[in-house]
Amino acid sequence: MHKTQDNRAWFLILPVVILVAFSAVIPLMTVVNYSVQDIFGPGQRYLIGLEWFRETLRDPEVHRAFLRQMAFSGIVLAIEIPLGVLVALALPRAGWKSSLAIVFLALPLLIPFNVVGTIWQLYARPEIGFFGRVINDLGIGFNYTADPISAWVTIVVMDVWHWTPLVALLAFAGLRSIPDAYYQAARIDGASRVAIFRYIELPKMRSVLTIAVLLRFMDSFMIYAEPFVVTGGGPGSATTFLSIRLVNMAVGQFDLGPAAAFSLIYFLVILLVSYVFYTILQRVSAQ
Amino acid sequence: MTMQTQTSAQPAPGIASRLKGSALSSRAIGPILLGLYLCFQMLPIYWLVRMSLMQPGDIMSSSAFLPTAPSFDNYRTIFTDPAWYMSYVNSLSYVALNVVITLSVALPAAYAFSRYKFIGDKHVFFWLFTNRMAPPAVFLLPFFQLYSAVGLFDTPLAVALAHCLFNVPLAVWILEGFMSGVPREIDETAYVDGYSFPRFFLTVFLPLVRAGIGVTAFFCFMFSWVELLLAKTLTSIEAKPIVVAMTRTVSASGLDWGLLAAAGVLTILPGAAVIYFVRNYIAKGFALGRV
Amino acid sequence: MAQIVIDSLRHSYDGNLSDPGALALKQVDLTWEDGRAYALLGPSGCGKSSMLNIISGLVRQSTGRILFDGTDVSDLPTEKRNIAQVFQFPVLYDTMTVEQNLAFPLKNRRLPTDEIRRRVADVAEMLDLGPLLKKRASGLGAAEKQKISLGRGLVRSDVAAVLFDEPLTVIDPHVKFELRRKLKLLHEELGLTLIYVTHDQSEALTLADEVVVMAEGEVMQAGTPEQLYERPSHTFVGNFIGSPGMNFIPCRAEGERLVFSGGSLPLPPALSRSISSGQSLKIGIRPQHLRLDTSGTPQIAAHLIELQPRGDSYVADLRIGETALAMRVPDDVALPAAPFGVSFPPKHTLLYADDSLIGDLDA
Repeated sequence: MHKTQDNRAWFLILPVVILVAFSAVIPLMTVVNYSVQDIFGPGQRYLIGLEWFRETLRDPEVHRAFLRQMAFSGIVLAIEIPLGVLVALALPRAGWKSSLAIVFLALPLLIPFNVVGTIWQLYARPEIGFFGRVINDLGIGFNYTADPISAWVTIVVMDVWHWTPLVALLAFAGLRSIPDAYYQAARIDGASRVAIFRYIELPKMRSVLTIAVLLRFMDSFMIYAEPFVVTGGGPGSATTFLSIRLVNMAVGQFDLGPAAAFSLIYFLVILLVSYVFYTILQRVSAQ
Repeated sequence: MTMQTQTSAQPAPGIASRLKGSALSSRAIGPILLGLYLCFQMLPIYWLVRMSLMQPGDIMSSSAFLPTAPSFDNYRTIFTDPAWYMSYVNSLSYVALNVVITLSVALPAAYAFSRYKFIGDKHVFFWLFTNRMAPPAVFLLPFFQLYSAVGLFDTPLAVALAHCLFNVPLAVWILEGFMSGVPREIDETAYVDGYSFPRFFLTVFLPLVRAGIGVTAFFCFMFSWVELLLAKTLTSIEAKPIVVAMTRTVSASGLDWGLLAAAGVLTILPGAAVIYFVRNYIAKGFALGRV
Repeated sequence: MAQIVIDSLRHSYDGNLSDPGALALKQVDLTWEDGRAYALLGPSGCGKSSMLNIISGLVRQSTGRILFDGTDVSDLPTEKRNIAQVFQFPVLYDTMTVEQNLAFPLKNRRLPTDEIRRRVADVAEMLDLGPLLKKRASGLGAAEKQKISLGRGLVRSDVAAVLFDEPLTVIDPHVKFELRRKLKLLHEELGLTLIYVTHDQSEALTLADEVVVMAEGEVMQAGTPEQLYERPSHTFVGNFIGSPGMNFIPCRAEGERLVFSGGSLPLPPALSRSISSGQSLKIGIRPQHLRLDTSGTPQIAAHLIELQPRGDSYVADLRIGETALAMRVPDDVALPAAPFGVSFPPKHTLLYADDSLIGDLDA
């Protein structure tokens, strides 16, 4: 769409800028401030430069949390994106069945994060939960409080359960925007189901799938409440992801300086990766 | 002339079978897959409902599929204890506040982004977007200090403002998508007809993007309703939201799973109601208006 | 190429054939001869697109048969029918190049690679797409895209017919003309059987050897453009074709005359016999067949209401008695302001009983 140049438009975005500045810039400045100081108490602060950053970057605990985080985000993206597309393909295109399926599908998205955690904490318990019991009945030892692999399986399945609907709904929106004529032309051209998916559906879903990847990457990278409720980061520190580690440092140990330095690095990593996605997204939607 | 039209009513040849075997079997895959997926999805929720109807002792001793000795005792406890039901009121009030604040600042901004080029437009847009990427954990302490300093700590307004951090960028993004779908000619016609900007915006433009506004409100509701970390940090007693009430109950009274499950079920209901209202726009909304 | 026969076809989208008003197609019987160009003309919702989709198999008819060269294809899926179809909006595979788009139908049918390359080159040559072959299809203009859609049909050597569903709707007027000519040329060169759906009568009349006019799920008339124009077999066709459409004057038979408000005309005895009592009669005449009566003793008087310039001629809105009529008047003829006489040449004056043509007044 053609846009006109008019700098008075700034008046329209001013409220947003002020609000976001208040709720983001001021706090961020505080974080920056902490990150370069050593704080013992009120009035006892010493400027120490980049020491906390160096310490954080060298901290093996942080390294492990970072690798865990990357693995987690990678795994859930690798499952949720294809599964979401599959569910979207299976959804009826229109009619009351479609509406009903969408209402059910969207349900996990509106459950508070900690309740999601509570649900899976109960559901995956070997002795009282359906999921845990069924897996143990299959002869597989499963106990997420003691066994790291069980804990990871629980957290990943929970995240798939929680967020695949988002991918499915996005993909569904992309599918619904394809005019019937495309499917008709494909039949005329003798295209197979796979070819229809590859050459019609997938290209049309490209921009929504980019949004899905972007949102899922950001949100999985910041995950806190769900694994915290289920495993508390354990057993040991097997499921201690970056946010859990950060909150432990800031609230648990009250290590404000290192926590702040950690925060900034954490934020920058997300920013960097998201910027790459964002650029791709802009390019895709420009086409 | 080689074509002929006949109007004589001939007996129609028998209706041939409409569906071929192969078409039928490939058509059945979709519903089966969807059915299986919905089972996977609904079972954990069912499990929560099942537990909410049971007493703690029964919960710990049974993994039977149906609830043992079902009763509404847990729900009764929640509805008669102000500490419980007021926490729902607190949650709903900051969510509602957040939706109102977010929409009122995001609507004009989204209009500006969808209609005008101006100095720094792309940078501001990306800067807003970065806030959607900021992990709430990063902002915990600064928020705590900031809202304490301005005397908002432990009020619904504090949480509502804090949630603007991620809801405002998202709202601007979604609304910009919907607004770009409205032809510019509408604006131009209205200005030619002598509408002032505020009058045009409120009486002509907003009704045109009401689906987008509905979807945006839905998303703000959703992300504000489900968030735990900031809501927990910025409240203590007065404004304690339900998500926090649940975590604190666990530690205070041991593990009353039944009560916890009932409280959990009650947090799902508002969401379910909201989804029902926007079900026809939800698919488009999830694509952030960009389909 | 093949002859296509449509045999007592009826279709309803909800599968309920008991209510004739709700049928998309009511009892259609037609034969499309091999190698001819047909236009399927009618207002929106008349069933022309349904007919097209049933021929190509995208829609399964409720009852009736479709025969290609005598073989019943009613139960064959689209991809087995050897039909090419071009849609209203160009359909392209965005991620492919023009060449890959053209090759797609052949690839799906697993033809050998060198055969595919040869045919794609031929079709590209025919449609002047040669220079674009390596380009991404998504970046092209609507006209090129529509050519590629057509090319995907032509690239298959075995197509029984090429179906067009209002393919020029999104094309600019000057390119439209060009494409239409190209299509006609290809039709003559390749001997294609063309079925061309449109609601634009000038497109139908210029492109087609024969035109089928449909309304409300029924075939009103099928014939050459001239037949449709000069002798519409139904008042609908008279109205629908021509701009302005045919004039119709309600009348009644009284002995040897047809009487209408504002005058009467002689009724030939042959015609009089084919009228049964109780039928509603109408006189039909094309605007350019109405003549200014300069005999000095005009029988029928007309009042001039308004003159509309149409380039080389005028269309005069007239009133005869209580009926409004249009009359085409050459540029060099001046119409008097006072009431004047008009004459109805018997050869071009048609009589309709219950909206169906029964003959002309020259009989």
